[in-house]
Amino acid sequence: MSQPIFPLVLTGLVYEAGGQALLKGITAEIQATGRTLILGPNGAGKSLLLRLCHGLLKPTRGRIDWCGQTEARRDQAMVFQRPVMLRRSAMGNLTYALACRGVGRAERRRRVEEVLDRTGLAAKAKLPARVLSGGEQQRLALARAWVLRPQVLFLDEPTANLDPAASLAVEEVILEIQASGTKIVMTTHDLGQARRLGDEILFLCDGRLVERKAAASFFSGPESPEAAAFIAGRLTW
Amino acid sequence: MDDFATAFALAFEMIGALDADLVEIVGLSLKVSLTAVGIAALIGLPLGAAVALFRFPGAGLLTIILNAMMGLPPVVVGLVVYLLISRAGPLGVLELLFTPAAMIFAQVLLVMPIIAALTRQVVIDLWEEYDELLLSLGIGRGRAIGTLLWDGRFRVLSVVLAGLGRAMAEVGAVMIVGGNINHVTRVMTTTIALETSKGNLTLALGLGIILLALSLLINGAIHVASVEAARRSAG
Ligand SMILES: Nc1ncnc2c1ncn2[C@@H]1O[C@H](COP(=O)(O)OP(=O)(O)OP(=O)(O)O)[C@@H](O)[C@H]1O
Ligand SMILES: [Mg+2]
Repeated sequence: MSQPIFPLVLTGLVYEAGGQALLKGITAEIQATGRTLILGPNGAGKSLLLRLCHGLLKPTRGRIDWCGQTEARRDQAMVFQRPVMLRRSAMGNLTYALACRGVGRAERRRRVEEVLDRTGLAAKAKLPARVLSGGEQQRLALARAWVLRPQVLFLDEPTANLDPAASLAVEEVILEIQASGTKIVMTTHDLGQARRLGDEILFLCDGRLVERKAAASFFSGPESPEAAAFIAGRLTW
Repeated sequence: MDDFATAFALAFEMIGALDADLVEIVGLSLKVSLTAVGIAALIGLPLGAAVALFRFPGAGLLTIILNAMMGLPPVVVGLVVYLLISRAGPLGVLELLFTPAAMIFAQVLLVMPIIAALTRQVVIDLWEEYDELLLSLGIGRGRAIGTLLWDGRFRVLSVVLAGLGRAMAEVGAVMIVGGNINHVTRVMTTTIALETSKGNLTLALGLGIILLALSLLINGAIHVASVEAARRSAG
């Protein structure tokens, strides 16, 4: 791993599209340690925030700083809410990602095998990725990010399509990825998962960062009425 | 009607016996069209991808031109190439007129826009789907070209085959710039035109049957490629 890229500092982040402010001034600092969970109702701006942090979108106003640098995508990876599968085998998807990062052939093979094994996809390695089931595709997308050994992994609802057992298995994988030194920043709609995985919670609502707290205190004593309603399952759009 | 039946019988006999003239003509046809399509693909695939992915001044205009050129009448292409390579033309010194090279040249002009324009659409569709992933992996638009062409390989193959079908079937361009010279520039379509007008239906029919069979073969291959493309993008 190259030079560290944390902390990630967001300053007055505004994102506008179609004449509307979708993110309305987000300021936060994200550290290298712990798992950061971004929570909030549908349309709050969680996916947008991840895309901005990952550098796929440019902020309309405000700054994103990775430990002073602004270009650090090489050490990052992201799993999208809707997994994108290349028209290659499952294994080919992983190999491709590594080739993009200039990883040599022998090393590629070693890492791909390891990751396929640990995401339960070894038996599907040769299948075209796009014939895999929704949940398998999501696991493959996770594997494709993991295999890059990034410093930070952005996960946009990584278990949205998974059955309960597979969700738990993916949570274990996420812990394992973190244990290998990767910072986890993720969104989820599963409050149980948020309780299990969250160290720090960023709670977004309508494009604003409403609360930012340690997970335990967020769930036991939310300060804002929105967060309280969200936790109680009463906050809708 | 009797003449017709006899001509058919003779035509099949000719094909069965691998008649020397017939083989020569079919061979030249394949050589000219395959070479032309190969060259057209080498230019058209990256060109179509570039027009799809890059915003450069004139990209829009180039797209319109490519689309318009898809339907170019072969005789017009033949005429333009004729003017270019005839003795007095700007490429006259190359002495290409009435050679297979001239026919290849004309067919490249005819087929390249088709390949480029159709490839553009394939690449646009795929990029729409892949852009965030590729950007996330650090692949810019330039490096994406190879990825997109490869991932769209079955659709790209259909595009190239469509170009081949067009090249094999056209008669106007090769007639004008090739001149339909016996043993030099006679291909299937020009021979059919000439022999029919001379009343020699046997050779014309024999070639017609082969041309039809090749066309069916090409279209069958396009079909298989499309089915495979659909299968690969399932899920
Ligand atoms: N390009 C765009 N143009 C206009 N509106 C957009 C655009 N992209 C996103 N939006 C809007 O911004 C809002 C936030 O979108 P985002 O995808 O970040 O929500 P989210 O919090 O991830 O929601 P979900 O939980 O449903 O995934 C939504 O209301 C969406 O409709
Ligand atoms: Mg989202």
